[in-house]
Amino acid sequence: MNLDQTMLARILTMMTLSFHIIFATLGVGMPLVISIAEFLGIRRGDDHYLQMAKRWSKGYTVTVAVGVVTGTCIGLQLSLLWPTFMKLGGDAIALPLFLETFAFFFEAIFLGIYLYSWNRFSNPWIHWALGIPVLVGSSLSAFFIMTVNAFMNAPQGFKLQDGKIVDVQPILAMFNPATPTKAGHMILSAWATTAFVLACLAAYRMLKGNKQEYVKKALRLTMVLSLVFSSGTALYGDLAGKYLAKHQPEKLAAAEWHFDTGTQASLVLGGVLNEQTHEISYGVKIPYLLSFLATGSPTGEVKGLNEVAKDLQPPLFVHYLFDAMAGIGSYMVLVPLLYFLWTRKRGREVPKGLMRLIVWGGPLAMLAIQLGWVFSEVGRQPWILVGYLKTGASATTSAHVGSMVILFGLLYVFLGVAASRVLLRMFRNNPIPADVDQGREPHVA
Amino acid sequence: MSLENVGITVLWMFLYGYVIVASIDFGAGFFSYYSFITGREHLVNGVIERYLSPMWEVTNVFLIFFMVGLIGFYPDTAYYYGTALLVPGSIALVLLALRGSFYAFSHYAKSSALYRFLYGATGLFIPASLATVLTISEGGFIDENNGKVTLALDRLLSNPYSWAVVLVAVTSVLYISASFLAYYAKKARDPAAAETLRRFALATALPTIFASLLVFFTLRTHNPGHFERMLDIYPLFLGSFGCFLVAFALQVTRKSYGWAFVWVMLQFLFALFGYGASHLPYLLEPYIKVHDSITSPQMGLALVIGLIAGLCLLIPSLVLLMKLFLFNTKYASGKLSEEP
Repeated sequence: MNLDQTMLARILTMMTLSFHIIFATLGVGMPLVISIAEFLGIRRGDDHYLQMAKRWSKGYTVTVAVGVVTGTCIGLQLSLLWPTFMKLGGDAIALPLFLETFAFFFEAIFLGIYLYSWNRFSNPWIHWALGIPVLVGSSLSAFFIMTVNAFMNAPQGFKLQDGKIVDVQPILAMFNPATPTKAGHMILSAWATTAFVLACLAAYRMLKGNKQEYVKKALRLTMVLSLVFSSGTALYGDLAGKYLAKHQPEKLAAAEWHFDTGTQASLVLGGVLNEQTHEISYGVKIPYLLSFLATGSPTGEVKGLNEVAKDLQPPLFVHYLFDAMAGIGSYMVLVPLLYFLWTRKRGREVPKGLMRLIVWGGPLAMLAIQLGWVFSEVGRQPWILVGYLKTGASATTSAHVGSMVILFGLLYVFLGVAASRVLLRMFRNNPIPADVDQGREPHVA
Repeated sequence: MSLENVGITVLWMFLYGYVIVASIDFGAGFFSYYSFITGREHLVNGVIERYLSPMWEVTNVFLIFFMVGLIGFYPDTAYYYGTALLVPGSIALVLLALRGSFYAFSHYAKSSALYRFLYGATGLFIPASLATVLTISEGGFIDENNGKVTLALDRLLSNPYSWAVVLVAVTSVLYISASFLAYYAKKARDPAAAETLRRFALATALPTIFASLLVFFTLRTHNPGHFERMLDIYPLFLGSFGCFLVAFALQVTRKSYGWAFVWVMLQFLFALFGYGASHLPYLLEPYIKVHDSITSPQMGLALVIGLIAGLCLLIPSLVLLMKLFLFNTKYASGKLSEEP
C-alpha cells in the first residue's frame, strides 16, 4: 500500500465514516423503535413498554451526542480532505446536502423537546406525537445523504464543460438510478440493526438470569421488529443487486468474481481467489443463481469484469466483504425465525443456545453495516465520481494529512471508550425498576 | 435580489444565530468553571444546566448549516478554505467534538475538576479558533502557487489584526452569555444567580467594546479597502454602539435583563451585518467573490425553494422549543422534572 496523500485521505475518511456509522445507524433506528414502544405502552396501558421507551431514550441521548459530533467531523472533512471533489461536485450535490441539514435541524429541535418533556403533558399522546418529527427528521436526513452517495455512484443530471459541472438538474441528480435501492437498503438495515442491538441487550439480561416480565417483553418486541426489518433489508438487498447488474456491473462482477460475460452465470459463495489465474478454490458454486439474482432469469446475461479496463477495475477482495455481509443478513432473518418457532407454544423457555445466537446478532449486525459500506465504497474505486473524477485527483494537497489521521484516531478511541463507559455505568446504576413488574396501576387507560 | 445575495444574506442570518446561541453555550462553560473555582457554583449551575439540556444539539446545527450552506452556494470556498484549513480546521473540529460529547457524558457521569476545566477552556478556545476563519477571509494569509493552496500560519500568528479578532470573539462570547444567563436566572426566579451573572455581564461589557475598537483600527492597516467600506456604512456601527449603551444602562440600573438582552442581540446584529456587508464583494480576498456562486440557475432556484420550505418548518419548531423551555417559568426554575 502506497501511503501517499490520497491513501491517507482515504484512511481518514474511512475512519471517520466507520466510527460515525455506528452511531448514525442507531440514530436512524432508535427513534422508530422508541416510538413503537411508547405507542404500545400508551395504547395497551402497559407500563413495561413506557419504561422501555424511557430507558432506550436515555441511552439514545449518549449515542446521539457522539453521532452529532462525528457527523460534524465528516461534514467538514469532505471539504478539508476532498476540496477538488467538493469544488467540482458541490454544484450538483448542494441541494441534498442543504436539505439534509434542514432535516437534521428539525430532528435536533424535536429531540430536545422529546427527551425533556416526558412528564410535561397530561395527555400522553402529545408526548408521543413529539417523537414523530424526530423519526421523520432522522429518516429524511439519512435519505438525503444517501442521495449524495448514490449520485457519486451514478452521476447524472448535469453537463461537463471545460472540467466544470454546468446545467445541473437538481431533482434528476438527486433521484439518480442508485438512489432508491441505496436509501431503502440503508434505512431498513439501520432499523434492523437497531432492533437487533436492543434484542441483544435483552437476551443478555435473560442469560444473566433476569426473568422479569419487562425483559421478556423487550425481547419479544425487538425480535418481531428484527424479523420484519431484516426481511425488508434482504428484499432491498436483492433490488440493490439488480441495480448493480444494470448500472454498475463492474462492482457486481468484482463482488462475485465473475470475469467472463455470459449467460447462466453461477454465484460463488466464499472461496479463495488466485488473482493471477482467476481460479477459485474452496468456493461453493451455485449455477444459474447469479443470472437469476442479477436479471430475474436463470439464463440472463451478466457482464464480466474482463470487459472493464484493468486500471478501472475495483479491487477483488470486495467479494469477501460482500459474502460476509450477505451471510450476516441471512443470520439476522433466521435467528428471529427460530425464536418464533420456539416460542409458538406459550410459556416455553427460550434455550440458552438460541439466546446466545441473539446476543451475537447485535455486534454481527453492526459488523454487517461496516462490511456493506466498505464493499460499496471500495467497490466503486478508482472513481470518486464514477465515470467523471478519479479519487486520486481530488484529495487535498496539504502535507499534514498523516498527523490528522493520528489526531482523529485518538479522538475516536477516546469517544468510543468514554461513550461505552458512560452507557455501561448508566444502565448498571439504574436497574429496571422492580415496581414495573408488580402489577402497578398503569397510569394511562 | 439575485441568487448570490439571497445566499449570503441567509448564510449571514444563520451565522448570526450561531453567534448568539453558541456564545451562550461557550460562555456558560466558562462561567460554570469560574464559579466552581470561586466557590459560587451552587449559584449558577442549575440555571446553566437547565438552559443547555434541550439546546446544545440545536447550537451545533447552526454551525453545520452555515458551513454546508456556504459550500452549497459557493463551491469555490470548499476548495480554498478546505485546502488551507486542514490543520486548524481539524483541531477546531476535535475540540468541538470533545465539547459536544462531554456535555452528554457529564449528565450521567460524575464531573471531575479536570473535566470542568476542559469544558470551560474549550468554551473560550473554540470561538477564538473559529473567529480565525474571519481573519483569513480578509486576505493575505492564503497563498496559491502552481495550483497549491497553503496557509501562511506564521503571518497569521504575528498579525495584530488576527489577535484583535480573537480578543473580540472571546469577550463577546462572555458578554453575550452573561447577559442572557442573567435574564434566564431572573426568569427562573433565582435572584442570587441573576445578580452574579449581571456582574459578569457588566465586567465583560467594556472589554468587548474595547476589543471591537481594536479590530477597527487594526483592520485599517491590514485591509484599507475593507476599512473604507466600513466607514461608508458607519451608521450601522453607531447604531450598534447605541444598542450597547441602552443594554448597559438597563443592566446597571437592574431595570430589565430581558430587554437588556434584546438590545445586546441588536448590538451584535448591527455589528455583524455591518461587518458582513462591508466585507462584500469578497468572500475570500482576492480569490472568491460573492458572484462566484453556483452557476446552474435550476440549482439556484431549487436551493431557494428548499430554503423557504425549510425555514417554514424550522421557525415554528424553534418557537415551540423556546416556549416549552426558555420562556417557561416552571421549567426554568426547575419545577418540572424532565429527565426521561
